[in-house]
Amino acid sequence: MPALEQTTDASPIGKKTPRVDGPLKVCGQAMYATDFHFPGLLYAVPVEATIASGKIQTLDTSEAENMPGVRAIFHRGNIGKISRSTLGPGFEGIVDERRPPFEDDVVRYYGQYIALAVAETFEQAKAAADVVRATYAKDKYNVDPDLKPDDEPDVVETSFQPTKRLQSERGDPDKAFADAPVKLDQTYVTPTETHNPIELQATTAMWDADKLTIYEESQGIFNLRGVLAQMFGLPKENVRVVTKFVGSGFGSKLWPWTHCPLACAAALQLGKPVKLVLSRKMMFQSVGHRPRTQQRVRLGATADGKLVSLQHDYVNHQAMLDGYHEDCGEATAFQYSVPNLRVKFGRARRHVGSPTAMRGPGAVPGLYATESAMNELADQLKIDPVKLRMLNEPKIDESLNIPFSSRHYIECLELGSEKFGWSKRTAEIGSMKRDGMILGWGMAGAAWVAARFPAEANVQLRDDGSARVASGTQDIGTGTYTILAQLASERTGAPLDKVEVVLGETSLLEGPISGGSMVTGSMVPAVFAAADNAIASLLTIATNTPGSPFEKHKPSDLGFESGKAFLKADGVDKGVPFADVLRRANIRLVTGNGKSEATFGNPKPKFSTHSFGCHFVEVTWQPEIARLRVNRIVTIIDAGRIINPLAGRNQIEGAVVMGIGMALLEHTTYDPQNGAPINSNLADYMMAVNADAPSSIDVHFLDYPDKEINEIGARGIGEIGLAGVAAAITAATHHATGVRVRELPIKIEDLLTSSVVA
Amino acid sequence: MKTFQLTKPKDGAQASAATSKAKTAQQGADIRLIAGGTTLIDLMKLNVEQPQNLVDVNRLPLDKIEATPDGGLTIGATVRNSELAWHPLVRKNYQVLSEAILSGATVQIRNMATTAGNLLQRTRCVYFRDTAMPCNKREPGSGCGAINGFNRSLAILGTSDQCIATNPSDMNVALAALEAVIHVRGAKGERAIPFADFHLLPGNTPQRETVLEPGDLIMHVTLPPLPPGSRSLYIKLRDRASYEFALASAAVVVATAAGKVTRARVALGGVGTKPWRSPEAEAVLNGQPVTEDIFRKAADAAMGNAKAQSQNGFKVELAKRCLMHALKTVTQGA
Repeated sequence: MPALEQTTDASPIGKKTPRVDGPLKVCGQAMYATDFHFPGLLYAVPVEATIASGKIQTLDTSEAENMPGVRAIFHRGNIGKISRSTLGPGFEGIVDERRPPFEDDVVRYYGQYIALAVAETFEQAKAAADVVRATYAKDKYNVDPDLKPDDEPDVVETSFQPTKRLQSERGDPDKAFADAPVKLDQTYVTPTETHNPIELQATTAMWDADKLTIYEESQGIFNLRGVLAQMFGLPKENVRVVTKFVGSGFGSKLWPWTHCPLACAAALQLGKPVKLVLSRKMMFQSVGHRPRTQQRVRLGATADGKLVSLQHDYVNHQAMLDGYHEDCGEATAFQYSVPNLRVKFGRARRHVGSPTAMRGPGAVPGLYATESAMNELADQLKIDPVKLRMLNEPKIDESLNIPFSSRHYIECLELGSEKFGWSKRTAEIGSMKRDGMILGWGMAGAAWVAARFPAEANVQLRDDGSARVASGTQDIGTGTYTILAQLASERTGAPLDKVEVVLGETSLLEGPISGGSMVTGSMVPAVFAAADNAIASLLTIATNTPGSPFEKHKPSDLGFESGKAFLKADGVDKGVPFADVLRRANIRLVTGNGKSEATFGNPKPKFSTHSFGCHFVEVTWQPEIARLRVNRIVTIIDAGRIINPLAGRNQIEGAVVMGIGMALLEHTTYDPQNGAPINSNLADYMMAVNADAPSSIDVHFLDYPDKEINEIGARGIGEIGLAGVAAAITAATHHATGVRVRELPIKIEDLLTSSVVA
Repeated sequence: MKTFQLTKPKDGAQASAATSKAKTAQQGADIRLIAGGTTLIDLMKLNVEQPQNLVDVNRLPLDKIEATPDGGLTIGATVRNSELAWHPLVRKNYQVLSEAILSGATVQIRNMATTAGNLLQRTRCVYFRDTAMPCNKREPGSGCGAINGFNRSLAILGTSDQCIATNPSDMNVALAALEAVIHVRGAKGERAIPFADFHLLPGNTPQRETVLEPGDLIMHVTLPPLPPGSRSLYIKLRDRASYEFALASAAVVVATAAGKVTRARVALGGVGTKPWRSPEAEAVLNGQPVTEDIFRKAADAAMGNAKAQSQNGFKVELAKRCLMHALKTVTQGA
């Protein structure tokens, strides 16, 4: 473990800091998107298609229109114009489902919206939506879970940019594999998974002439603003998006979905504010999911465990009209040293709503496959899986031929082994027992990209000694309010409880999307620059104010530390608090803006920037009742400097529990009889509950600053905690039961084949 | 949800009279009794049930648990699940009932759910709960979506080619093994229905789930005393550790003497279209020595008539392991 860089005792950076917004949340005062109410508010409920493919022939709205309280039943004929949005520079115009709602009469997935009921109460709108009747000319649909890649060109469209299907290649992987003394060739499958934030997706829209305001639980308010401006033909300044709090998103709230323009169009037509809240069932149909993936991994190795060839060929399903790419190869090309490698993807169109990013998109299913393959190779070679990874540690990022900015994967593995007690593991299946139960131990590695998105912030210093920091980013429940308070406090010297943080408004300077675990890393330079600019203004004022102790000095003679302006010649001990400087000048506040550029998407980076980690898992297996439970997890994370260890641990623990769900429970099933995601409720789509959380989740951060990301050295955390968990659990399960599961989730029916006895 | 009228009768006679005008007491009833509402309100929101009238029985004096002179127990129809599970006499004499109730749902739901409501708990089959899907139980003649669809959690015992929906209740499995008696006030007076006769197999009429008729009001449930030397246990197996319906469960009530089973009552959950009492397993056990071999034979007998669907064949083996484990545990030291 490195010695932490010295910060003053007063510095809030690296301190366990309870959430500054905690009291609001526990008192029910945090205003989530659907908590806002307006005079004349109407309620909208969408009508969903009950076929997966075909054409709407008739739509009978007559009964619905005449029901009490109903204001309108909207459909293609009367919704008005909703235009397509297109990609702009940076994060602009991004949607995963490009077709605007009601654009044509064709149904391409079960649950696609075909009409919208609007009424004075939610109950009236729901009752009306229930009696809108459609007839269809049904077409053949395809929700086949077996994914063969469609015939696509070498470069394909995705939600973001044209992408080469051959993602990475070096050496001659085919020949090296053919010649390899030890070979592994397996296919791993991850199922469709549905994000299930407890807060349902919702939009409240209202118009004032040609100005649109919406309240939505968005993970990217500026992109949402841009999309709506394009869809309704408005200047961006005329669209205001408000997202004060988000009840989790996991990626499903990153890009706008079709219910949002529907609510806006209905509000425009009716001249009233309109609120639209999705049902849980709709959350499974029309607001994205992690697509099913089928991944073939081929490893070639020497008998002593050195990788000589790695091939990763994967397929994800995509919707009929859109080009979502689940980047399972995100970490494959750099994670281990191997001279011959190929990573290539294909996609298969299905009649499903568009997939979208879900926590750790790409890398999470991808690392499940590649880390599982590493574990199987270790078993094949009879080499300890930790040792196999250490044997193949790369010196540089071999895919880009550049150094890593900060990679301490070996130390993760060493510390994890020590904390878990890995050396006591006996490799034989079913050989470890405790309290009448069989134990299984497994491990896997993790990686997640680290970079910065463009970010801007404003910082104010005020004459009451408080500070304000504002940025148009979002807190999606991860602790961004608190991080920004810590950053502003660090730089301005205002105590944490005197820092006001303002987020989630497009009237503020543009902040980053809450995606990719990149908000923290992106905000550090922006907030610091904003604070520095505010301080510079303060120091100029200090030298201009008659009677000020700094009068007649130049600003360059002054310093600022711990909230005090001081003459460099005299030192900070004789400094004056900024509030005093402002009051003497009769100025309420000084303000500064700060901006930082993106490093994400840099075509010629000097360093390869990623976070790393590993998980060590113990499962218990009771064959007499076919019960497998995760009992203990040790997780080591190398994510740069941790600004708030409390929030950081919370993120990783949550991700690990999500990983238990991924390994053992979560899967969305499309009914072959009708194409519907059939288990579209929280009883039939199972996620880990509190009782499934292991009694011990032991999280350790290495805390090496990564100065390529920002001056504090903080990368983001959140997604990295999910990467690798499922591979560690499947390995532990194999160790306990002898059953090798290569299609998630592990089910009881898989385990019943175990011949291990207690 | 459709709008409905709510009435609050003052006594059982009024409640019975209010529902006697209903066209049916089964699926799609136009008049429904409501107690905890944990199933009914849920189904009304889904438009699966659309009663025009709800008769609220929460004010009736049916919320008592009392010992009977013979050493048994009377449980009022509106006794909440939580209260029943934690009642000292239940904890002492009918552990299987307490364990079964506490293995189900959540604290919040158990605080609302009632004894009579749980007797009438509806299936969780996704096709039943979605009006866009075919379901013979919800809409007779519309077909069964589950037989060729999402049936992993559905029944392997008591099914028909019309319906394979599971009875999801945990409490019912315990009541089956305890040979409870259901006391009903109806148009023609009061009657006592043995538990085994209360629920119906789906057959060709899956919309009919119980023998209840319009005007029937469940007043209370009685439990007979258990013979001396009896022990009872509920084991529930499922994918996750909490808040999931049983994939397989077993309620066992076993008396032993001198290393032999003198009386066994066995019921299974999560596998049957109704709470599944297994006389086949009981016949194997009675009079036999307490051995794993006998338990295995009992489990095989219990599953003798099992019919697996496309996704739920694993339940045969899982239910066997569940029952064997329950029998082994409940007879430990015997």
